Amino acid sequence: MATKGIVTGIVSNLVTVQVDGPVAENELCFINLAGTDLMAETIKVTGNKASVQVFESTRGLKNGDSVEFLGKMLQATLGPGLLSSVYDGLQNDLTTMEGVFLKRGEYTDPLNHEKLWDFTPLAKAGDKVVAADWLGEVKEGWLPHKIMVPFSFKGEYTVKSVIEAGSYNIDTVIAVLVNEDGEDVNVTMTQKWPVKVAVKGYRNKPRPQKIMETGVRVIDTFDPIAEGGTGFIPGPFGCGKTVLQHAIAKQGEADVIVMAACGERANEVVEIFSEFPQLIDPHTGRYLMERTTIICNTSNMPVAAREASVYTAMTICEYYRAMGLRCMLLADSTSRWAQALREMSNRMEELPGADAFPVDLSAIISNFYSRAGMVELNNGKTGAVTFIGTVSPAGGNLKEPVTESTKKAARCFYALEQSRADQKRYPAVNPIESYSKYLEYPEIIEFLDNKIEKGWVEKVFKAKNYVRRGKEMADQINILGDDGVPMSYHESFWKSELIDFAFLQQDAFDAIDAVTPMERQKFMLDLILDICGRQFKFEDYEKCRAYFKQMINLMRQMNYSEWQSEKFNGYLKQLEQLLSENGK
Amino acid sequence: MANKAYQRTYTQLQAITKATISLNAKGVANDELATVDGKLAQIVKTKGDLVTLQVFSGTEGVPTNAEVKFLGNPPTLKVSDQLSGRFFNAYGQPIDGGPEVEGEEREIGGPSVNPYKRRQPSQLIPTGIAGIDLNNTLVSGQKIPFFADPDQPYNKVMADVALRADVDKIILGGMGLSNDDYLFFKNEFEAAGALDKIVCFINTTEEPPVERLLIPDMALTAAEYYAVDKNEKVLVLLTDMTLYADALCIVSNRMDQIPSKDSMPGSLYSDLAKIYEKAVQLPDGGSITIIAVTTLNDGDITHAIPDNTGYITEGQLFLRADSDSGKVIVDPFRSLSRLKQLVQGKKTREDHSQVMNAGVRLYADAQNAKTKLENGFDLSEYDLRCLDYAKDYATRLLSIDVNIKIDEMLDTAWELFAKYFSPAETGIKQVLIDKYWKA
Repeated sequence: MATKGIVTGIVSNLVTVQVDGPVAENELCFINLAGTDLMAETIKVTGNKASVQVFESTRGLKNGDSVEFLGKMLQATLGPGLLSSVYDGLQNDLTTMEGVFLKRGEYTDPLNHEKLWDFTPLAKAGDKVVAADWLGEVKEGWLPHKIMVPFSFKGEYTVKSVIEAGSYNIDTVIAVLVNEDGEDVNVTMTQKWPVKVAVKGYRNKPRPQKIMETGVRVIDTFDPIAEGGTGFIPGPFGCGKTVLQHAIAKQGEADVIVMAACGERANEVVEIFSEFPQLIDPHTGRYLMERTTIICNTSNMPVAAREASVYTAMTICEYYRAMGLRCMLLADSTSRWAQALREMSNRMEELPGADAFPVDLSAIISNFYSRAGMVELNNGKTGAVTFIGTVSPAGGNLKEPVTESTKKAARCFYALEQSRADQKRYPAVNPIESYSKYLEYPEIIEFLDNKIEKGWVEKVFKAKNYVRRGKEMADQINILGDDGVPMSYHESFWKSELIDFAFLQQDAFDAIDAVTPMERQKFMLDLILDICGRQFKFEDYEKCRAYFKQMINLMRQMNYSEWQSEKFNGYLKQLEQLLSENGK
Repeated sequence: MANKAYQRTYTQLQAITKATISLNAKGVANDELATVDGKLAQIVKTKGDLVTLQVFSGTEGVPTNAEVKFLGNPPTLKVSDQLSGRFFNAYGQPIDGGPEVEGEEREIGGPSVNPYKRRQPSQLIPTGIAGIDLNNTLVSGQKIPFFADPDQPYNKVMADVALRADVDKIILGGMGLSNDDYLFFKNEFEAAGALDKIVCFINTTEEPPVERLLIPDMALTAAEYYAVDKNEKVLVLLTDMTLYADALCIVSNRMDQIPSKDSMPGSLYSDLAKIYEKAVQLPDGGSITIIAVTTLNDGDITHAIPDNTGYITEGQLFLRADSDSGKVIVDPFRSLSRLKQLVQGKKTREDHSQVMNAGVRLYADAQNAKTKLENGFDLSEYDLRCLDYAKDYATRLLSIDVNIKIDEMLDTAWELFAKYFSPAETGIKQVLIDKYWKA
């Protein structure tokens, strides 16, 4: 018997329901508003009163309206066809909805039930299997999409039969398993999983071993993120958070990208699904959209579904990770999700923590970040979920609860800076404040030694030190004046400017400069370190400035030119010519 | 807001604050309207039978035995072509002496556009102001506020932009507008002979602050009528959103909600987003573009209102009095149009984005030189060139009284580059230097 209830109180999207039976925390219910079912989630129970957050507008709702509880938590539907989809936070397919406006109570199916998939069996009768083991695969675009023993299956099963290779829709029973009690259980190509629970079904979770390339120089070289790693990008508005995140999404070395637009601008999502279908993935040569799922709950969509959207996105990533794929989750922005939590906590009249956020904010954030990571599957293969979230700190002040909580949870920190953005030095990542903990991992150092060259990480730290030194010199010059400091101060300062302009700054809107492969990054860094290692002779600081500006200009032209093309080499020659006139 | 046949009347209030009243009532719906002692009110909270309403015009003189009538529907606006050229108050009632509008009655603050049904904004909105067109190009379907101190001429600039923009309808939502400013807009629109394409919803400072909460939804409901039903290009002007947020603050405070930053309600971001996200490029050609004003307190953009606004809108425009040129300029450092790259170099000349960046970068060098000068240091020859450039750049391009075509702006910028700098100092791509450099 399903629990039923009636509405007894309404404040915006927080509704109090008097219930006649058991209710679970996070249990879903439908509130009947004049024939339209509004989905809601239980967030608190006191006696026979349940507080539920409604995923829709509550306009017109009345006390006394009936409520039906569903006996389950919010679940994601998993199966072939998730890629290239555009979902809202509750995984409704936005592309199949009618009309220009979102209709309240309109829920659409996440997956296409008619489409046929070419199935190949991987398991055979008699095999012993557990949850997340592979039974077969279909081709989703160019990706091998594994059909797995559903994550919710407990204990060991024996495969009784697997359907032969052929074209089937997702509802076809592709395997029959026998459980420990000797009962037959059917498996189709889809399964459901509660989004707030982490998907397990792997053998262990080792430390990250590899770097995930993004083509963004300031990340890949200066503060690389690991495959299966976590990072966050805080920054005031207008500093290029979204541009940077889109660049990572376009160029990131991953098989599957899930973008969660959480409480952000709708036009940014429009940009993704109007551009991605035309853009080519630099790693595979396929269309970007083929490897991308978009979850969008923009700022004007119901607040409660914002929180759900990041969990839905993470669950989809974990699903693909279990297939041995490398996934990346980009969430923009986790602050909006935290604000959604604040709005609800506020309406429930809970005692507030710092800045009126709920007191368990930090725990919620670190719990979410911990779902990322590299895993070793039961069959020995590996998969990874790399997670990068943006944070929108109120007033651009990094001493606020969301930034501070995230800093504790994430391993890479890309600090976007207002003053860099004001000077149009994009990406506005502050090279001194930002860090990647992965540069300290022995596994990662070894990986970079093998992949790029022995001693690469030392080189990176050397370059960082030039930048830091240049900053100190700039401060001295500002205090003492151009004439008040020795020439070596000017030289140090301009060396750091060279690194900034010719390496750290990158034009995300230029077809060539936007993506820099690691080989090219190494070439440029070597070139720059060579220049920085030289001693120059200048008559005065004016000459020093002019000389470095010339070098900067040549190297920027190189960045805009095709790698090792005639033009590129031409500028390189000019640079060498310039260097031969001065500097040893 | 005519009387309905079905009406429930109550006469016993349980609580009264300056902005809200509470009473016991049954069978009422969330967001429903009511009249309290003849004043319009809306349900904001129910708890058991206790219903709380916000009274738009304030509760002055409302007695505990006031007559409360529930109207059975949320706030609505009657939409039709008769809206054109008319002036209304926050309730959508005419204030220009004209007749009531006949048309379809629509709930205001309606649902959001399905993001998948949106189109990417791609049409340039030229304004003639180089500080906007050159450095912060506007695109139809965009939402962007002016961040301005109260003493700056933001209403004048906004009116200029509106009248020069190539749009089918201009809808003005005035919140806490001084009577003088209201008349300014009215005269400005009349003088331009543009009255027939204008619809105004006005709440002046003489009227109660809580009424303002209705203005943006009224204006945007009218905008959606023209953009969705008629496929027109609509420009919505909202001034001043800071006063709107102040009204939100009053109501949440009276409802004993826990305030977050700067005593604003915790839901401020969502409340503002609901308004600004109505800006849209629709698939059938219609569009809604929103230009708003958020007044600042002494240039402080870290206050919750501008801060949340900045995270929602697609950029912001800063006005600043510039001492070099003696003019009000569009500040090139703090201003930003996030959608500019959708049109720059695509709907404008190929050199647009590089010229813009070089112009601003050199202007930044001039600011550094200025700081040096202020600190009593000697200026280099380059610094001096930068300072001269800055003055010319501010006068001929950044000033808000500039009114030229975009190609002329680009040519002017090239002319200034050649006058003060070498090609290498601009850092512009060589192919563009070869083509456009004015030797």
